[in-house]
Amino acid sequence: MISMLLAAEFAWWQTTAFKLVMAIVAVLIPAGTTVYLYLFKMVSFMQSRLGPMEAGPYGSMQLLAELGKNLQKEDIFPLKADRAVFALAPYVVLMSTFLLAVVIPFGPDAAFTNIDVGVYLALAVSSVSVIGILMAGWASASKYSLLGGLRAAGQLIAYELPLILAVVGVVIQAGTLNLQGIIAAQNQQEIFGWGAIGNPYILTQFVGFMIFMIAVQAELTQVPFDMPIAESELVSGYMTEYSGFRFLMFFIGEFATANIFAFLASVLFLGGWSVPPFVTDLLGIAWDSNWMNFIGPLVMLTKMLLLTFIIYWVRFTYPRFREDQLQKFAWKFLIPLSLLNIFATGVLKVVF
Amino acid sequence: MPLVPGVVSGLGVTFKEIVKTVTKGAETVQYPHEKEDPAPRARGVIALHEENCTACMLCSRECPDWCIYIEGHKELAPPRRAGGKPRQVNKLDRFDIDYGLCMYCGICVEVCPFEALFWSPEYEYSEPKIADLLHDKTRLGQWMETVPDFEPYEGGAEVKIKKVPR
Repeated sequence: MISMLLAAEFAWWQTTAFKLVMAIVAVLIPAGTTVYLYLFKMVSFMQSRLGPMEAGPYGSMQLLAELGKNLQKEDIFPLKADRAVFALAPYVVLMSTFLLAVVIPFGPDAAFTNIDVGVYLALAVSSVSVIGILMAGWASASKYSLLGGLRAAGQLIAYELPLILAVVGVVIQAGTLNLQGIIAAQNQQEIFGWGAIGNPYILTQFVGFMIFMIAVQAELTQVPFDMPIAESELVSGYMTEYSGFRFLMFFIGEFATANIFAFLASVLFLGGWSVPPFVTDLLGIAWDSNWMNFIGPLVMLTKMLLLTFIIYWVRFTYPRFREDQLQKFAWKFLIPLSLLNIFATGVLKVVF
Repeated sequence: MPLVPGVVSGLGVTFKEIVKTVTKGAETVQYPHEKEDPAPRARGVIALHEENCTACMLCSRECPDWCIYIEGHKELAPPRRAGGKPRQVNKLDRFDIDYGLCMYCGICVEVCPFEALFWSPEYEYSEPKIADLLHDKTRLGQWMETVPDFEPYEGGAEVKIKKVPR
């Protein structure tokens, strides 16, 4: 029956409608999961409390309550705000999140698009959110928002570079910019002739992985890189003047982007939707068989939860960097290190 | 340089706390379902022992927030001994504390010369309307039942323990 389902041909509008629904699911469901698991529960456990317990079993419906709360709030525009830009800014931020989700593959065929320059597109659209943040900071007509927006712009541009340079190592090793190709390379390559677990690039590109995760942390403006929204000095940075649904969109954008970056990191460094070759050998299926379209999303979800755990773990452990420390760390440490990583990867690629 | 860098051991601290909370339970209690006993000298609410009050207005005047409202009148009371003159006493008409204003400094309890005001550890008297936070003298008198006995002083203290009038 499943093979029949997979063999069925759908019209273009049918697949597009299905993809639209799935895009919303792929962005919102992981976002809700991580917000509940990590933002509500894990942080509470770190602070020796239980977190939300009243809404639903173990507070699992708390997100719906928060949603209802934010939806019924008044949509406030500051008096001197640039109304059109102010209203548009959250949409720009959220759009960058959804555009990022487009290139993530969840299975051999379960991908929204499979374009040859997937990595390039992902890294390009991830910087669109800077524009939205600058718009929000400028249009709010508030000193906190403006300072937060400028800090965010400076920070996001500074950490975009190590993010991209860290990925270059992976691209060199895989020999392709296509995300499916990178997954295939990780699954098919061998470590000195031993191919039982393939070659997940977290092993060979560990420096790249560390740089990528640090840069992601900064891209998401999470602690310790939360200078743009530093609540003790800037109230909440570029989000200060937002309320109700628009604030909710910033909120969703922030946490959904964390998930999407974790998805991207699991594709680039942990082998994406594929499972290690010895498992597929054990099950007796090809590594990219149709079954992987069903197992793949779950594998991706597991890897994503693992990586977001690290992101939130770091977020709720460290204090905040000062602005100059933050810039120094990017320009004087991460970027030279990632350039060195690219050089070493290139040399080793030629040698082996 | 320490053996384990602080960056890593910091992650260890938070992770250990997660494990501790999951396995041994949290330090906090789930408030409406289970309650912690407040400390016996906790500043929950101020109780009034009306018989001791002489409407001297000291508490009202010392209150930094001006949240105590007192009104009284003079009255003639029967003489203590037979054949004596009738005594003049202050009668309390109104004694209100506005807990919407009160900042729980306890100065009124300190300055009261006639042992009429007492701290009670009760804290559950929130109201949907802020005007209902004004407790009148009957309500303040009802809190008297919740006032605990004074704790004994440390060994060797010369001061006598005060008694709560019941």
